[in-house]
Amino acid sequence: MEKLLLLGAEAIAQGAIDGGMSGVYAYPGTPSTEITEYVQHNKIAIERKLHSQWSTNEKTAMEAGLGMSYAGKRAMVCMKHVGLNVAADAFINSAITGVNGGLIVTVADDPSMHSSQNEQDSRFFGKFAMIPILEPANQQEAYDMAYEGFELSEKLKIPIMMRITTRLSHSRAGIETRPMKQENKLKYPEDPIQFVLLPSNARKRYKGLLGLQSLMEQEAERSSFNTYYPARNKSIGIIACGIAFNYLMENYPDRKFPHPVLQLGQYPLPFSKVEKIVNECEHVLILEDGYPLVEEMLKGYLDKNSKIKGRFDGSIPRDGELNPDIVAKALGLEVKAGKIIPSIVADRPPELCAGCAHRDIYLALNETMKEFGKQKVFSDIGCYTLGALPPWNSINSCVDMGASITMAKGAADAGVHPAIAVIGDSTFTHSGMTALLDAIVENTPVTIIISDNGTTGMTGGQASHATGRLEEICIGLGVKPEHVRVLTPLPKYHDEMVNVLREEMLYEGVSVVIPRRECIQTLGRSKKDVKVKMEKVLK
Amino acid sequence: MKSDIILAGVGGQGILSIAAVVGMAALENHLYLKQAEVHGMSQRGGAVQSHLRISEREIASDLIPEGRADIIISVEPMESLRYLPWLSENGWLVTNTTPFVNITDYPDMKMLLAEIEKLPHNIAINADEIARQVKSPRSSNMVVLGAASPFIDIPYQSLENGIKKIFERKGKKIVQLNIDALKAGRDFSASHMK
Ligand code: SF4
Repeated sequence: MEKLLLLGAEAIAQGAIDGGMSGVYAYPGTPSTEITEYVQHNKIAIERKLHSQWSTNEKTAMEAGLGMSYAGKRAMVCMKHVGLNVAADAFINSAITGVNGGLIVTVADDPSMHSSQNEQDSRFFGKFAMIPILEPANQQEAYDMAYEGFELSEKLKIPIMMRITTRLSHSRAGIETRPMKQENKLKYPEDPIQFVLLPSNARKRYKGLLGLQSLMEQEAERSSFNTYYPARNKSIGIIACGIAFNYLMENYPDRKFPHPVLQLGQYPLPFSKVEKIVNECEHVLILEDGYPLVEEMLKGYLDKNSKIKGRFDGSIPRDGELNPDIVAKALGLEVKAGKIIPSIVADRPPELCAGCAHRDIYLALNETMKEFGKQKVFSDIGCYTLGALPPWNSINSCVDMGASITMAKGAADAGVHPAIAVIGDSTFTHSGMTALLDAIVENTPVTIIISDNGTTGMTGGQASHATGRLEEICIGLGVKPEHVRVLTPLPKYHDEMVNVLREEMLYEGVSVVIPRRECIQTLGRSKKDVKVKMEKVLK
Repeated sequence: MKSDIILAGVGGQGILSIAAVVGMAALENHLYLKQAEVHGMSQRGGAVQSHLRISEREIASDLIPEGRADIIISVEPMESLRYLPWLSENGWLVTNTTPFVNITDYPDMKMLLAEIEKLPHNIAINADEIARQVKSPRSSNMVVLGAASPFIDIPYQSLENGIKKIFERKGKKIVQLNIDALKAGRDFSASHMK
């Protein structure tokens, strides 16, 4: 056994590798990216040839993971919370098909929206799919749950969700590893039509899933991840889910809790333990990072005077990430008031790197838009979203991956001209291609700028599936070759860019403009590998 | 023993290397460690911070509660002040005084330094200048770490060992330059401690 210093995300990857995983499928998304990156660079994973290449999007990742499971092997699928929306179709149905080899779907949520469009809590999706959810409190549990999760999945023959939040994913701590397991052998499902969700069969499978619920509850009841800490002072009891348990412990060093505590790390709720704490305590405070899922389950709609406390009654703020101070306040403990930030401290928002190609295309776009009027530029999710902020103020939307093109189409249908979409190369292959096809089918007058930096820049420079095939994809989908225009976004070509943009905006059909210059971050890295790695062994 | 440290700076200024070196040093001394990082959007020249906790005892929270940090280590003067709510009453603020100006409303330097001087325990060091003097211009982050080292409860030698481990892949020369920078920062502190 060895001890490693790992980010929570990396601990999950290591746990999955040690747990006998044969492949990971994912699309990069903060704060989940590091799981797959870890597998890509892990020696054992490389030796064993574990699959770790990026998928086109979260839905294709989910489906490929399910395919690996179909073949009897253990797979992990990773994404950020909004990625689960993209994968939802396959994800929900995987609960109906069930699995063959163990399948863990790891979803990293982002309460406080450190780098996301919303705070959504993936546990709702897990509950919606009616599958077990594992929620680690710390890096060691993240490792252990990934390590043990495949077995739970294979025992129940159901995919398992593992839910973490940004804080755990991006925080480093020492973890102890366990003996490495072998990969599963190829093995086909015993029930030949298990994976065929024709209505008659799906109905049968769905009944099976419902029938499994009590078994899942028993598993949660028995789980070592759900621990009851008895205590004398029953004026309040505390249910702490996932990482919230850490923030609780920070206030009671050495786990000396004066009040009964239920640490919750595996769902569905362990019924008898929850019942015990609710019955024996005057009040119950629910600590969960994310939405008030458990709180709502225990409180219901009619029980206004409930003894259940949490985000609904204001004991905990309704939004944002938890921390030890919030927990202390909710428990009436002393909170130290820190010093005040001097008023001269100015905000320092993120911005496009100096020399980034997106800067040049936005300058050209802004100049072109002087002729056409503002508010007609739809954009998407990536570094280029920063073009919404000063000094650029170039774009007017960022909704979900791929929405720029379809929103521009809708606006064009409404009579907006020119209707412009700005999307990155990686976002385009993730979810923009089908949107482009919609526009092509109707020859909608839209101008789509695919700002091609040859990478997935926002998440740190992962491979982009568009690299080297962008024009072919667009022409293949049906854009007229003469309206696929490739530019070099540099200040010296400014006038040329403005001219091309103007020409294509005046064109009454689908046109694609591709400004192409590599992200300066990945360019710098390929020149000299300067990445400092901290993952080291301590014996 | 425990050191709760806030590392502050601007995305790309090398606070994660500081964390890595301190982390290695903590490991060498068999201490527990938790270090929360910022990834993603905020890294693009925006304000970044990292909570670094070292202790003899197991650490619960990845985040330091407000008013409990023992040290703020900042590679940029304005950023050092952004995290004052975390600093404990007797905590030290150690900061580089070379500003990173990528915003239009960057405050007046004199006022900034005056705010820093208001703190009873502060070390304000022109780390960029000192890094140049020891011919290691790209190691100003290590100068700042050196300046903070007297307040971190870890043997100084372990920090040097940490640098050796973290930078060994880049060659002996880089290791030595970073150690020189660390040392220069430490010497500065020794003569400026109040
Ligand atoms: S990381 Fe690359 S794409 Fe993103 S802002 Fe920097 S240079 Fe531009």
